[in-house]
Amino acid sequence: MKPYMKFGLIIGIVVATLGWLAVGGVKETSTYYKTVAELKDMGDRAQGKRLRVGGDVVKGSIHRNGKEVSFHLVQAEPNTQPHLLKVTYTGSDPLPDTFRDDAQALADGHMNADGTFNANKIQAKCASKYEAKPGQIKPGSEPAYNTAKPSRS
Amino acid sequence: MENVGALSLLLAFSVAIFALFSSIVGAWRKNLFLVAASQRAVYLVWLLITTASGLLLYGLIEGDYRLQYVALHANKAMPLMYKITAWWGGQEGSLLFWSWILSCYGAVVVFTNRKQYKTLMPWVIAVLMSTQIFFLILNNFVVPPFQVWAIGKGIIALPDGQGLNPLLQTPSMAIHPPMLYLGYVGFIVPFAFAIASLITKQPGDEWIHTTRRWTLVTWLFQSAGITLGMGWAYYVLGWGGYWAWDPVENASVLPWITATAFLHSVMMQEKKGMMKVWNMVLVSSTFFLCIFGTMLTRSGLVQSVHAFGISSIGNYFATFLAIGISATIWLILDRLDFLKSESHLESVVSRESSFLFNNLVLLASCFAVLWGTLFPVISEAVTGEKISVDAPFFNKVNIPIGLFLLFLTGVGPLVAWRRSSTESLKRNFLWPTISMFALMAGLFGAGIRNEYALLSFGLCLFVTVTILSEFVKGSMAIASKEGMNPLMATIELTHRNTRRYGGYLVHMGIVVMFIGFTGAAFNKDVIHEASLGQSFNIGRYELKVTDLKDGENDNHAWMKASVDVFVNGEKIDTLNPERRIYKASRQPASEVAIRRRLGEDLFLNFAAMATQGQGAVIQAYVFPLVGWIWVGFMGVLIGTLICLVPSKHKLSFPRTEVLATATGVVKGNQHAKA
Repeated sequence: MKPYMKFGLIIGIVVATLGWLAVGGVKETSTYYKTVAELKDMGDRAQGKRLRVGGDVVKGSIHRNGKEVSFHLVQAEPNTQPHLLKVTYTGSDPLPDTFRDDAQALADGHMNADGTFNANKIQAKCASKYEAKPGQIKPGSEPAYNTAKPSRS
Repeated sequence: MENVGALSLLLAFSVAIFALFSSIVGAWRKNLFLVAASQRAVYLVWLLITTASGLLLYGLIEGDYRLQYVALHANKAMPLMYKITAWWGGQEGSLLFWSWILSCYGAVVVFTNRKQYKTLMPWVIAVLMSTQIFFLILNNFVVPPFQVWAIGKGIIALPDGQGLNPLLQTPSMAIHPPMLYLGYVGFIVPFAFAIASLITKQPGDEWIHTTRRWTLVTWLFQSAGITLGMGWAYYVLGWGGYWAWDPVENASVLPWITATAFLHSVMMQEKKGMMKVWNMVLVSSTFFLCIFGTMLTRSGLVQSVHAFGISSIGNYFATFLAIGISATIWLILDRLDFLKSESHLESVVSRESSFLFNNLVLLASCFAVLWGTLFPVISEAVTGEKISVDAPFFNKVNIPIGLFLLFLTGVGPLVAWRRSSTESLKRNFLWPTISMFALMAGLFGAGIRNEYALLSFGLCLFVTVTILSEFVKGSMAIASKEGMNPLMATIELTHRNTRRYGGYLVHMGIVVMFIGFTGAAFNKDVIHEASLGQSFNIGRYELKVTDLKDGENDNHAWMKASVDVFVNGEKIDTLNPERRIYKASRQPASEVAIRRRLGEDLFLNFAAMATQGQGAVIQAYVFPLVGWIWVGFMGVLIGTLICLVPSKHKLSFPRTEVLATATGVVKGNQHAKA
């Protein structure tokens, strides 16, 4: 039985090390995923957390000022007051090609004290690879180009 | 036209159901007519799905914009190649493509094995057809590709389509999905044989011998698919990387990890009759992870930049997975008696144990990636809050795993089966270890302080030296015995045991890829808003924007920047990063310019127009060693192909010798195989 004891020991060490690394990794990088509305609900609790907020880019709200880009995100949901969030992007990477008016964007960063959002990374969904939500374009309707809105997933 | 397509899919569905039942009943009742009928049915399914696919392709190429799929994924101005690749550019088409590849595999398996494995084949067909039926359900009833635009009772045609996503209009994206699909779908063959041998309670390891080539080929397709995807991300997405641990990327790498584990642990079963249950588990999990990966990309289960749109399709996949996995678990538990191990582990320092650890860390990596990918789903279920983990998490766990694997790559093949003596360890590992530490010390002296990078380079050399010494030792022996020159002797050596030496080449390719990955520790980037004539620096390069041009063609409008590259005041190159706007989809896309060299790539992205005046926002990166990744993959490719060539060991011994020690030689040879 001796070799098996040794195996057990080594396996235990390997697994424990990896587990330790994994727990550390989760603690370091875990990001709370929130929609704009949920973020507003969190209020002060949102301070100091790594956040990822998702919403639609308000048409015409993208402003470039040197390296800084600011825009508004809105949560497009019927029946509720639209929640607006001002986002300032200060990251070094250029914005993705898919980032434009009406695109669905994910912004990573943290809340500023004044209720605006400071993003260091922006992801946007490439619209045409995402297809219409089922039922969004009905086989009966003539599809005007680009009415197929990027869908939510 | 679309009616014929839809009808053939529907017929394929019915025929597949027939094939499933007739093969099961045929096997049960020992009715050879039914078994033969099920084999014919497999060919018919292939024919029907091929017809449907052909019709969809015809629609895409001819521009039949009455079809929704065609209108949403193709347009007139698109080059022919991308009209064809639009087949797998969208949800409906790509699922049809999946089905079609599956039916091709089915037909090939039945054709090549129809005369052998009489007891296994009906069950192989049953497994293949169950999966085929599942995908045909999707093709027929959930995401049918032959929908037309209609108002009331009339069918309308659109003047032109929206075109394929610009990001997909590049050559590597044209072949990346087929490769990945060939790999994903292909793993069903080893799985089907494994299940068939469980059902029929086959005593031996016949299924492993039968499917060894299949496993290797599909593994190669998966590797090629993943590498092409990395290459695509690198030069198309313009964010200057090749791997971001996005859920979709993770989905593609998960089955690859378990497949790699399977390729290794299967040798334990071949040589020693060990780990039989484990291999069953691995082959099944690979297959189910392939299905899971397909589900992940299509259901919108997790947030991803690449995923297809949301749809109810996830539920179908979940049902299929639940049924498949529980059936497999039940089957394995029920047949445990047939999967008893024939020998035991004897020592921690042995070939067996190196395989064991290889499997352990591969599985750990697989689990970590899966856990990280599903973390948002898990955390939402447990705490109600969606929490996601990012690239640093994956790196933190997977870099040590990768390094440990690299270490095992060097150690594993050189330790003996059963147990290794300290003496042989010293003999085999003295020089590799010395060279490893020498290199690490040298690099440390040269100013490299990143621990992981140092360790990685050191281990790369360690593995290289062990592999080279294997080749040198073997070919020297042949060279002196047969009087060949060293080169011929190396070829002869490889030919005598293609599996072993082909495997070494694969390992060597992986080592070269690791060198490329390690280069990422030294990446540099600069973003600069440069007006015409202005220059800026990155690393040793000085970049100067000299010209901006624009123009357009039928498919897209473009703007090109000319950037002169200077090193030490001397002009060495001109790069032309480009921005495009595709007309049909009105989507912008970057065409990056890369100066590819083995030492480092200079990568320029035309990120945006300057905010004021004439100029461009240029994002420049320097990626050291990234080219080694693609070179290393060629090694993996060649090595795997060599593994597929049959060894010529029967011819390599003089006849008299074989007669004298026939059993001894053959046995010895088998044990010598890695």
